[in-house]
Amino acid sequence: MTAAVISASSPLALRLRDALAVTVLGGLLALPFIGLVTVEEGGALTVRTRWGAWGATLAALFFGRLLLRAALDAWRSRRPARKRAVFSSGDAVLRRAAGTSLLAAALLLPVFFADNRYVIDTATTLGIYVMLGWGLNVVVGLAGLLDLGYVAFYAVGAYTYALLSTQFGWSFWEALPAAGALAALFGILLGYPVLRLRGDYLAIVTLGFGEIIRIVLLNWTSFSGGPNGIGGIPRPSFFGLAFARSAEGRTFHEFFGLEFSPMHRFIFLYYLIVVLALLTHALISRLRVLPTGRAWEALREDEIACKALGLNTTTVKLSAFATGAMLAGFAGVFFAARQGFISPESFTFSESATILAIVVLGGMGSQLGVVLAAAVLVVLPELGRQFADYRMLVFGAAMVTIMAVKPTGLLARREPTVRLNPERSAAP
Amino acid sequence: MLELQRVSAHYGPIQALVEVDLVVRAGEIVTLIGANGAGKSTLMTTLFGTPRASSGRILLEGEDITALPPHRIARRGIALVPEGRRVFAKMSVYENLLLGATPLEGAHVEENLQRVFSLFPVLETRRTQRAGTLSGGEQQMLAIGRALMSEPRLLLLDEPSLGLAPLVIRTIFRTIVALNREHGLTILLVEQNARQALKIAHRGYVLQNGRIVLEGSGAALLADPQVRAAYLDAVS
Repeated sequence: MTAAVISASSPLALRLRDALAVTVLGGLLALPFIGLVTVEEGGALTVRTRWGAWGATLAALFFGRLLLRAALDAWRSRRPARKRAVFSSGDAVLRRAAGTSLLAAALLLPVFFADNRYVIDTATTLGIYVMLGWGLNVVVGLAGLLDLGYVAFYAVGAYTYALLSTQFGWSFWEALPAAGALAALFGILLGYPVLRLRGDYLAIVTLGFGEIIRIVLLNWTSFSGGPNGIGGIPRPSFFGLAFARSAEGRTFHEFFGLEFSPMHRFIFLYYLIVVLALLTHALISRLRVLPTGRAWEALREDEIACKALGLNTTTVKLSAFATGAMLAGFAGVFFAARQGFISPESFTFSESATILAIVVLGGMGSQLGVVLAAAVLVVLPELGRQFADYRMLVFGAAMVTIMAVKPTGLLARREPTVRLNPERSAAP
Repeated sequence: MLELQRVSAHYGPIQALVEVDLVVRAGEIVTLIGANGAGKSTLMTTLFGTPRASSGRILLEGEDITALPPHRIARRGIALVPEGRRVFAKMSVYENLLLGATPLEGAHVEENLQRVFSLFPVLETRRTQRAGTLSGGEQQMLAIGRALMSEPRLLLLDEPSLGLAPLVIRTIFRTIVALNREHGLTILLVEQNARQALKIAHRGYVLQNGRIVLEGSGAALLADPQVRAAYLDAVS
C-alpha cells in the first residue's frame, strides 16, 4: 500500500531510507553506550540493559534525521547558488573591520574581566590554539601538506624550555628562540624523508612522527622524566620582575606600587600570548606577500607546474615545514611556562586533531577563519560543561553541523596577496 | 639551441622513449606529432628531468642539462607550458604571472608583465580574478603568459589546443607564430592537432611508440602520405 504511494525515487522515500540508515548506524553505536549500563550490586559489577532508553534514542535519531534533512533541503533550495570569481574588495574591508574589532576585543578583555580568572584562562588557551592554528595553517592551508603530527613540534618547544630552564637556568626569553630553532630543525628532519610523499601517505608518516616523539618522551625517563613529566618550570617574568608576593629580586607589584594580586600573572600571560600570536600573524602576513609564501600556495595548487616554473619544491616544502614547526615550538614554550608542569599526556594525537580541525573548520588558508574556528573549538566545549557527559556529543554535533552548512570552512575564500591599481579595483 | 642525443626514458620497467634524436635550432618552430601514448609529453617532461633520461644526452645551447634538477633547468632560459595548462587555480591571474617570474628572481617583472598584457589583453582585465574561473582559452593564455614571464629563449608548448574551441585554437596558434616571428622565440610544440601544428612549423617530427619514425619540414610532412593517413585524415 505505502509502496504504491511512494515511488522508490521520490524524495520522501529517499529521506526515509536515509533516516533508516542513520537509525541503524546510530542504533548500533548506541547499543553499548545507552543500551547497556553497569551497576554495582553487592560489590560486583553487573551489566543491565536499558531497552527503553535505547528505543527512545532510535526514535529520536529517526525523526531527528528526517527533520534535519527537510530543514537542510529547504534551506539549500532557498539560497541561490552563487559563485563569486573576482576577489571583491568590499569583503576585504569587512574582513579588516572584523580583524580590527577582534584585536580590540582581545586587548580590552582583561580590562573587563580583570578579576575573573576563568575567563582570562580560557582566553589564554584560545590564544595558544590560535597560534597553533596559524602555524599549522602554513603547512596545511598554504602549502597543502597534510600534517597529522603537528603536536610533536609543540612538544619539542615545550620540552626544550622545560629542560633548558630547570637544568640550565635559561629564562623564558632566552629559551624562546632556541626552542623555535630546535622545533624548526625537527620540522626539517621530518620534512626531508617525506619530500616525495603527498596526501594520505604524507598524513600517515606525520602521524607516526607525532607518536614517535610522544613515545620517546614517555619512555626516555632519564631525559624527559617519562610519564612523571617535568615540574617546577619557571614562570616568565616581566622584564626581570617576578610575579610573586615576595621574591629575591624586585617583584612586579612592588615595582609598580600595586597591591599584590595573583591575577597579575594570569593577565600578563594572557597579554604575552596575544603578543606572540600577533607576531605570528605579522610574520605569516609578511611571508604571504613574499615569493616564499606564493611558492607555498603554488605548491598546494600544482607541484608539476611549480617545477616547470623553476621553483625548487624541496626548499619550498622544507621551508613550510620549518616555519610551521617553529611557530608550534614558540607556542610550546609558552605552554610549558604557563602550566609550570608538562608531561607527554599533553601532546597526544587528539591535540594534533584539534589543531587540524581548527585549520579545516576555519577554511584552509584563512587567518581570520582560524581565529573564529579556534574560538568555536575552545569556547564551545567550555560552554558545554553544563551538558556534563554529553558535552562531546554536543561538540561533535556542532562540528558536523558546521561542515554540513559550510563544507569549505567558515571563511573559505582566500585574499589575493597582490593587487594591481588598488584604487581601480576598489570600484564594484 | 636544443639537442637530444639518443635519449631514452623509462617509467619503471616501461620504456617510454627509445633513443630519440631531435634538434631544435634557434629561431625555429619545431613540432612533434604523434598519437596518444606515443611519448610526446614524456619527451617534454624528460627535458625537465622528470623522469630523468635513462640514457642519452640533452644539450641546451651546447651545455649538458641531462642531470640537472628541474628547477635548475627552468633557470636556463627554457620554459614549459605544461599539458592541461596547470594554472594555479585558487590564485589570481596576477599571482600566477608573478610565479612565472621565479627563475629571474625578481628582475624585469614589470616589463615582462606589460609584455604579457600587451600579448593577451584579456589577462590584464582579469588580473584579480582567480585563475580557476577563467575559460579554457584564457587559462591557456595565462599558462603561456606565465611561461613568458621568465624571458625564455626556448618555449616548450605541450598540447596548447587541448580541449579548446576551434576559434580559440586559431588565436593560440596565431600567438605562437607571432611569438616566433616578432619576438624571435624558439618554439618546440607538441600537438595532437597535427594539421594546424605542421602548418605553422618549420620542421616536424613524428613520434610513434617512443621512437622518432619520420622527420622533415612542416610542408613535407603535411604532404607525406603516411602522415596524412595516420594523423590528418583520421582527425578530420
